[in-house]
Amino acid sequence: MFTQASGTEQAQPEAGPFRLAIANDANIGSRRVDSPTRRAMRRFARHRLAMFGLIVLCLMALAAIFAPLIAPYTYYEQDLAHARAAPNAAHLLGTDTFGRDVLSRLIYGTRISLSVGLVAVSIYETIAVILGAISGYYGGAADMVIMRIVDVVMTLPWLIVIVFMVSILGPSMFNTMIAIAALGWTGPSRLVRGQILSLRAMDYVMAARSVGAQPTRIIVHHVLPGVVAPLVVHATFGVANAILTEAALSFLGMGILPPTPSWGNMMNAAQELVILQQMPWLWVPPGIAIMLAVLCINFVGDGLRDALDPKGLLTSKA
Amino acid sequence: MTRYIIRRLLISIPIFFLVTAVVYALYSLSPGDPVVNIIGYDSYMRMPAEQVQRIRHQYGFDQPVPARYVRWLGKALRGDLGYPYSGSKTVVDNLKERIPPTLLLMGTSLILAMIIGIPMGMYMAMKQYSLGDYLLTIVAFVQLSFPSFFIGLAMIYVFALKLDVLPTYGMQTIGAPFSVLDRIRHLIMPATILGVFSAGVWARYTRASMLEVMRSDHVTVARAKGLSERAVTIRHIFRNAMLPIVTIIALDIPNLLGGAVITEQIFQWPGMGMMTIRATNLRDYPMLMGILLVSAIMILASNLIGDVLYAVVDPRIRYD
Repeated sequence: MFTQASGTEQAQPEAGPFRLAIANDANIGSRRVDSPTRRAMRRFARHRLAMFGLIVLCLMALAAIFAPLIAPYTYYEQDLAHARAAPNAAHLLGTDTFGRDVLSRLIYGTRISLSVGLVAVSIYETIAVILGAISGYYGGAADMVIMRIVDVVMTLPWLIVIVFMVSILGPSMFNTMIAIAALGWTGPSRLVRGQILSLRAMDYVMAARSVGAQPTRIIVHHVLPGVVAPLVVHATFGVANAILTEAALSFLGMGILPPTPSWGNMMNAAQELVILQQMPWLWVPPGIAIMLAVLCINFVGDGLRDALDPKGLLTSKA
Repeated sequence: MTRYIIRRLLISIPIFFLVTAVVYALYSLSPGDPVVNIIGYDSYMRMPAEQVQRIRHQYGFDQPVPARYVRWLGKALRGDLGYPYSGSKTVVDNLKERIPPTLLLMGTSLILAMIIGIPMGMYMAMKQYSLGDYLLTIVAFVQLSFPSFFIGLAMIYVFALKLDVLPTYGMQTIGAPFSVLDRIRHLIMPATILGVFSAGVWARYTRASMLEVMRSDHVTVARAKGLSERAVTIRHIFRNAMLPIVTIIALDIPNLLGGAVITEQIFQWPGMGMMTIRATNLRDYPMLMGILLVSAIMILASNLIGDVLYAVVDPRIRYD
């Protein structure tokens, strides 16, 4: 019955869908926010190969970080009495010409190869972002000069230049990273420049300029975030290529020299016919390791490309 | 159109000079006395100083670097690339000897890659999201990830050493007369590695290009007109999808001379790649400059051809 008291009661939410809506509003603090990053991560997780690749890469990274704890021996311990031994109980993957344990060298090699890939790519992506941003945003003379430099560097034959650099600087891990970075920055810088050229025409950039924002702020705060997606995908594939390049260089004897273990220089031994024919344990494990690492990185890169750019609008075909 | 070509040509010329200048500068920065590379370490240690100085003067090493570069450039433009530090043939003769085997190897592998890769890509595009597409994508990825030297060693191990079916190295059996079958036997392994394992790249290009064409309006119109699926595919999709592929072939040509370095080294295939590695190990700078010249010309020429083809295929960029 309608009494005076009913007017002062709280309005009861109606039954049905409206009830749920209001109930959610009441708990707004704990509701999950669906942001583009979350959606991208969910798209990545749906890509089965990429998840597989990510898991394997994490295992490899753990093996690299905890190498001293996992590896049965150090990578330089020599047991000359048992040199060139086939896999046995004491040495699970056998020993090399100098009696060093192959398994331990493989595990420590993970450190070298992965870090060369990551560092070289970080260096050259940074260079590419800076030069590409200057070239794309300011245009004009700076653009012309930078693009001509890119053309010159792209025309240089990589083997000759890398060998010269190694002979000037000396063969070492750091110099290999520098050599790979010095020749690799051209591709992404073109990519960044293209992206910035298309983003520069966007309305929000024009609005920022009209308000009087400094060019640096516009570049860093408004334009570069749009470049991140294709750059991340490109960088991932770049790490895979860097690992392959470092392996090839070390295989030819121009990259990382022994006793530092790198998957590439472990395979250098196979250039001798005797080792190739009769001691597969020396060159097959590093080769499989390179293959696995590069394959997983490529899977992850493909997953990232699907996650960040499902329509393929931003990333190029390469 | 001609203006576009002329502009690209004009830009290529200073790039060419800059490239040769940069590499020459790098070579002059390399540590060590170049005379050591010419006469050998023992002779160098035993020679009196004025004799070493005389040799240095004879080769021109005591002049400043820019003067040496200009002298080299002048001679090179007239076709005289000098003599390498080891061997008696001129640099030009060495190059003439080594270019055909590399062309044979790379040409065969390119054809193999396209024969395998392009149909693969077409299948992947037409049956997108099917099991076949998924499997072939994995195959293409695996092909991208193989280090070529590992596969080379594995193939030598399996086919040459264990099964004894194919020869281990070289371009022909030593001492035997030339025969096509013999050449093919030697060619199979290196060409397969280079070709089959880059088929994946061609497959991806073809797939992407075909997918793009398949979504375009004129294909929908063709279907709406009532053309059979086969006619639509052949007359509209294939033709339009192949155009960018042709330009990619043009841009891929520089790899014909430079891409096989490691494979040539493993199989001891007497081509440009092996010569590059040997010259680099011996620090044979005249040879290296000759190789650089050839490779730079190839890259610039193929970039030019590729750009012109792009302009022919896509008139929009002519007015860039």
